[in-house]
Amino acid sequence: MAEKRLMYGNHALVEGIIYAGCRFFAGYPITPQNEVPEYMSIRMNEVGGVFLQTESEIAAINMLFGAGAAGVRATTSSSSPGISLMQEGISYIAGADIPVLVINIVRGGPGLGNIAPAQSDYYQATKGGGHGDYFTITLAPNSAQELFEFPKLAFELAEKYRNPALILADGLLGQMMEPVEFTFEPIDPGKLPEKDYALTGCRGRPRRVVRSYDLRPGKLEELNWKRYKKYQEIIKNEQRYETFNDKDAGLIIIAYGTCARVASAAMKMARDKNLKVGLLRPITLWPFPKDKVAQLSERIKDFLVVEMNCGQMIDDVRMATQFRSRIHFLGRPGGGVPTPPEVLKKIEEIMGGGR
Amino acid sequence: MTKEVIVAGFGGQGIVSSGIILAYAGMFEDRHVTFFPSYGAEMRGGTANCSVVISSSPVASPIVAEPDVLIIMNEPSLLRFEPRLKPNGLLLYNKTLIKSEPKRSDITIIPVPANAIAEELGQGRIANMVMLGVLAKKTGILQLATLKKAQRIRYKKASEEQLSLNDQALERGYSFL
Repeated sequence: MAEKRLMYGNHALVEGIIYAGCRFFAGYPITPQNEVPEYMSIRMNEVGGVFLQTESEIAAINMLFGAGAAGVRATTSSSSPGISLMQEGISYIAGADIPVLVINIVRGGPGLGNIAPAQSDYYQATKGGGHGDYFTITLAPNSAQELFEFPKLAFELAEKYRNPALILADGLLGQMMEPVEFTFEPIDPGKLPEKDYALTGCRGRPRRVVRSYDLRPGKLEELNWKRYKKYQEIIKNEQRYETFNDKDAGLIIIAYGTCARVASAAMKMARDKNLKVGLLRPITLWPFPKDKVAQLSERIKDFLVVEMNCGQMIDDVRMATQFRSRIHFLGRPGGGVPTPPEVLKKIEEIMGGGR
Repeated sequence: MTKEVIVAGFGGQGIVSSGIILAYAGMFEDRHVTFFPSYGAEMRGGTANCSVVISSSPVASPIVAEPDVLIIMNEPSLLRFEPRLKPNGLLLYNKTLIKSEPKRSDITIIPVPANAIAEELGQGRIANMVMLGVLAKKTGILQLATLKKAQRIRYKKASEEQLSLNDQALERGYSFL
């Protein structure tokens, strides 16, 4: 077993990005993810990569477009308002089928909001975010360990499907400390396979073009259908989740990220009271683990969605259950974080004396 | 076994450091740990607090609603956190700086003249170490030796003189009861 290091979530994320073989980072400061660029500026320097504090988030995302088009692993990190600024660039990157990694350490919104933990960018992350027909692969870590491991997974998925990937975390995960085990060897970026689309200078080979537009009649439509098929493949292959105590459960909580941690504690408290509660934690938010939820809904009558927003995941859950089950909701928008007793109280309301 | 601890006081009293030292010590003793600080628009002299969970099984929630143990370093924090302590929980408070008495009768209360003891060692600012020593003795959740090792990681840039003073403060806390 590898040595464990006590690390801030934000620092674990940086190590994960470096270990994933990423050598290009561009970003602009914003709380609560400032530890990411701060620590990244040190680590990129140590490994001989590029760290750029750009003049704005718009510059950062467009630099990512360029770096991704050149075939290297490239990352930016921001928090909600900064991610909103980047949406045009993310749409262009999706339209050019370029794999990059975008990190959103979500804070309270809308607008300038506050700097407290939130999950209110769920819709933005999972329904496209910018203009046009596109989706971004979205991973939701719930520990410092996963913040270390998910950048590698995100790059692998992004490159497999030539699609931008997002890591959606929140201020709490970034600010807390947990032991992290370095579970894999650092990836040497020089040994990553070459990309057949990368703009590396065309001497001795045909010219390559990376762009997100096509004005020829019918061509863009064709391209959109092609990309649609790619999205169907991702939906079919990449739904990731974890379930706990689902076998005998009368009620299943669905929660991701920080809320999954809180829900897991509430589940234990409920089990101590003989309330048969289970938990499903989506790991990919897009694609949403709809097949598992559909399967559970054949038996489970009550689902409880717990989120730090006004209920943005409910639509996905309801569609997956095909309206067979009752969907209950506990939400804390605007920077509120639910506590385990709060979730337990909601469980007791739903289940009454226990069943 | 799971112990949820909240440490609270003024910014500058080593509140966050205390939490991180507890987390390191827990990790060194092969427990599962999480540490979560209050963060936001903080300032020196303002209030600070952090939550630490030390457990023999993976930690579910890093958010502590009702702690098992409170380490309270100043007056406003006593008012704020005493009501949240679990029934039969343990309250350690800094008697030197806190003049009011805790109100609850369903908890174990230990007043510790932490700043006075630290001053005897020549440094008021190591009052946090005294409290950690008391915690180790009273709860048995962590070894004194592990706390000594952990503080040396947290304050790795400090002089040997300072580090051994911290050790002494831990010992004084440990032998306080």
